[in-house]
Amino acid sequence: MKFGVVRFPGSCDEVDALMACRRFADADLLWHGDRDLRGIDAVVVPGGFSYGDYLRVGAIARFSPLMESVIEFAREGGPVLGICNGFQVLCEAGLLPGALLPNDSLRFVCRQVEVAVENLDTPFTRACDAGALLSIPVKHTTGRYYAPPGTLPHEQVVLRYAPGHNPNGSMDDVAGVCNEAGNVMGLMPHPEHAVDPLTGSADGGRLFESLAMVPVA
Amino acid sequence: MRARVLIRPKTGILDPQGQAVERALPALGFEGVANVHVGRLIELDVEDASQVPQMCERLLANPLIEDYEVVELEDAA
Repeated sequence: MKFGVVRFPGSCDEVDALMACRRFADADLLWHGDRDLRGIDAVVVPGGFSYGDYLRVGAIARFSPLMESVIEFAREGGPVLGICNGFQVLCEAGLLPGALLPNDSLRFVCRQVEVAVENLDTPFTRACDAGALLSIPVKHTTGRYYAPPGTLPHEQVVLRYAPGHNPNGSMDDVAGVCNEAGNVMGLMPHPEHAVDPLTGSADGGRLFESLAMVPVA
Repeated sequence: MRARVLIRPKTGILDPQGQAVERALPALGFEGVANVHVGRLIELDVEDASQVPQMCERLLANPLIEDYEVVELEDAA
């Protein structure tokens, strides 16, 4: 298994994501201006402020040359994980349902939250225990998840903020969703910042560990 | 052709920015204000104004969460 971690101008969590991936498999950075995915088996779209998030979060990054290849990779069933800004980019690209709106508080939030794993049957959560709560940090201003009524089936909710932990006013406490096929996932919390007990929690590692278990062709 | 695009949060979606403005106005003595919403305004010179709705669908707005309205103005800036 080899991960490719996307680097846009304005990304800031790609190195943490790369280090998180390398705990479980090989990983390399992918440059936004390239089209070649260089034979990687899974893509991570990391957090940050891609292309400055001018206009609207994720709106411009979604048209980068590399993203066109990532969209094709995802449509062919390749696993793609979007974290925070990466989640916003995947929503803008139409790979995930819904959109991310400004936090209900209109403030930047940065804190440790607990999220419940609602769906264990995805390539991103297989290494999690049933009923598990993961302790993972969030840090964002635009993280209020919204999907129009009737567009988010129950089984596509992968992570939900534990009661009292919703940091942004997300609909139904949704913290992470997947696409209908289950091969694309996005979440607002930052699992790549929770892979070492030294920083308080290693729970985020379960997502990278799960992906590393995906059989490669 | 100069075009003006008005982008608004869709009805029914929580608009905390509009709420914050609505709460601030009475503090300045302006009473009787309700349903405040804050959106964006984009103005652009275009050769073909018929393309503007497509620009809105693909980039300028996110139709899942925003409504847009295109107003054609007289002359290029």
